[in-house]
Amino acid sequence: MGRKILLEKTGIENINTYEVYRREGGYSAVEKALKKMTPEEVVEEVKKSGLRGRGGAGFPAGMKWSFIAKPEGVPRYLLCNADESEPGTFKDRFLMEKIPHLLIEGMILSSYALGCNTSYIYIRGEYMWILRILEKALEEARQNGWLGKNILKSGYDLEIYVSPGAGAYICGEETALIESLEGKRGNPRMKPPFPAVKGLWQSPTVVNNVETISSVVSIVNNGGEQYASIGLGKSTGTKLISACGNIRKPGVYEIELGISVEEFLYSDEYCGGINNGKRLKACIPGGSSVPILPHYLVTKTANGEQRLMTYESLADGGFATGSMLGSGGFIVFDEDQCIVRNTWNFSRFYHHESCGQCSPCREGTGWMDKVLKRIEYGKGNMHDIDLLVSISKNIEGNTICPLGDAAAWPVASAIRHFREEFEWHIKEPVKCLETNYGLVKETELEA
Amino acid sequence: MHNMETREKIQFKPETVAEINRIISQFPQGKQKSALLRILHIAQHEFGNWLSVEVMDYIAEFLNIKPIEVYEVASFYSMYNLNPVGKVVLEVCHTGPCCLVGAEKMIKHIEQTLNIKPGETTSDGMFTLKTVECLGACGYGPMLQIGEDYHEKLTIEKLDNLLNVIKNKNN
Ligand SMILES: Cc1cc2nc3c(=O)[nH]c(=O)nc-3n(C[C@H](O)[C@H](O)[C@H](O)COP(=O)(O)O)c2cc1C
Ligand code: FES
Repeated sequence: MGRKILLEKTGIENINTYEVYRREGGYSAVEKALKKMTPEEVVEEVKKSGLRGRGGAGFPAGMKWSFIAKPEGVPRYLLCNADESEPGTFKDRFLMEKIPHLLIEGMILSSYALGCNTSYIYIRGEYMWILRILEKALEEARQNGWLGKNILKSGYDLEIYVSPGAGAYICGEETALIESLEGKRGNPRMKPPFPAVKGLWQSPTVVNNVETISSVVSIVNNGGEQYASIGLGKSTGTKLISACGNIRKPGVYEIELGISVEEFLYSDEYCGGINNGKRLKACIPGGSSVPILPHYLVTKTANGEQRLMTYESLADGGFATGSMLGSGGFIVFDEDQCIVRNTWNFSRFYHHESCGQCSPCREGTGWMDKVLKRIEYGKGNMHDIDLLVSISKNIEGNTICPLGDAAAWPVASAIRHFREEFEWHIKEPVKCLETNYGLVKETELEA
Repeated sequence: MHNMETREKIQFKPETVAEINRIISQFPQGKQKSALLRILHIAQHEFGNWLSVEVMDYIAEFLNIKPIEVYEVASFYSMYNLNPVGKVVLEVCHTGPCCLVGAEKMIKHIEQTLNIKPGETTSDGMFTLKTVECLGACGYGPMLQIGEDYHEKLTIEKLDNLLNVIKNKNN
């Protein structure tokens, strides 16, 4: 059995309640921090731990915290990103449902470290039932003296609130999240100024993912060095991976960073292999925004080395032959899946979710959606493939926020690795529609 | 649909007003606009599953912000219905991971059973079918959401059952 930190206690009955969480040692990290540590010491431990942001970008959490501006008399805010809308990702929800007090304990520690007296959890609107779980848990924490004024007589005050979104992938991007929390449309902001200087209501703000914040509990309890001793190299600690698609055991798993992709995909402890005895066709290892890997690059890198579940190894080979750990949304495709159809599906998603501020993204995502649809329905021509590559290049790097890149990469990587499949859709539309995978054969040639 | 007569009737229940005031109090003085998204959810629930212009104007007044500030938010987020919908809205995820495990078949089955396309409402006003993007249930697909509830690992039989239960409950 692999090492568990975040999910260590999720098997305990009623661990979602305050009594059981506390009985099992919960909130001891808050006692330790507030009684024996300065905020700077907490930041120091997080730095030592090497903990990297679990929301997708993998930025070192301790370093992010040390950037927060501290002007006199201006409040600072910690915002927990519980927007979780990257397709393939469903791990934060698991933590919040199973063990809500772990996130709250992590929020108290992180807020203390940053010097925040009010913090918010921004949660996607569709998770309204989890918002209620969190509000109940917050109330329990407040009643037991872990929130409010002068917590544990330390002189430290803190309130934590939960606020919902309402269906917009873009609000997971940190500056769009801030706009949304201000009661506005989720249009990302230009940076600089960075949120660490001017964020929520123009105050210094840190945005961290649910899993990042929850990991702080173990770091404070056991020390940053102990956390750093788990994992491999700069990929320290454990990571939640949400696995889905054509595997035998979809679900949320905690892995020690550094296990092999092969073990994760095929062992019975994790995904249990491809479903229905089929073969692996492709895998998107880090959520819909990261490049797709064809079967021969999933368990091995282009150099023939074993591929590992780490930030570095999954990215090995760069965009040519690698991908990214991203949010840990691990999407597996069996041999029957159509890459063109899936690429079109994701393009439609990004088209739908583009906020519309930047023309390359607004127009480009719509254009890719349209071209991919016509290829999928047998109406494409050979120029369309290069057209898609060119559109994706013109989006990438030319937008205010990374949604443009997130929309461009999946298309570019699908064409890079599965060009023949795109060509086949164009050259043999009738045969393709007859023998294509899934539902397309039941659909009319007319798109 | 609404005229001046019904306009007068748009008013939150007293207990809703208390709840909204609790939410507003979570934000600093003068930042009451931050409560807007949550209030729109509550309003949609209380006023028949959608947000009319009159309801949005009422919320603007309530929060002391301009009506346009409410319209531009309501029109940005996909969970708000700006037109009337059925009593029960079936929101089926049609993003990649769910499609890998049969979401399209479920959508087709609903279309055939209820004789509506995505975006349409049955003639008795009972069901609206809506396709939505990834709801964070990718490992438990195919899935759909009704109100606050997730229905996961759908099969044709489960779906038929679900639709029947809803029909019977509302008859
Ligand atoms: C389009 C887009 C969507 C994002 N969605 C999420 C999300 O749902 N959850 C999340 O934690 N981070 C998301 N991020 C990343 C955030 O911008 C931010 O980097 C993250 O919340 C920082 O927390 P971390 O350092 O703890 O990972 C998204 C980024 C982009 C560009
Ligand atoms: S793809 Fe359907 S819930 Fe994520």
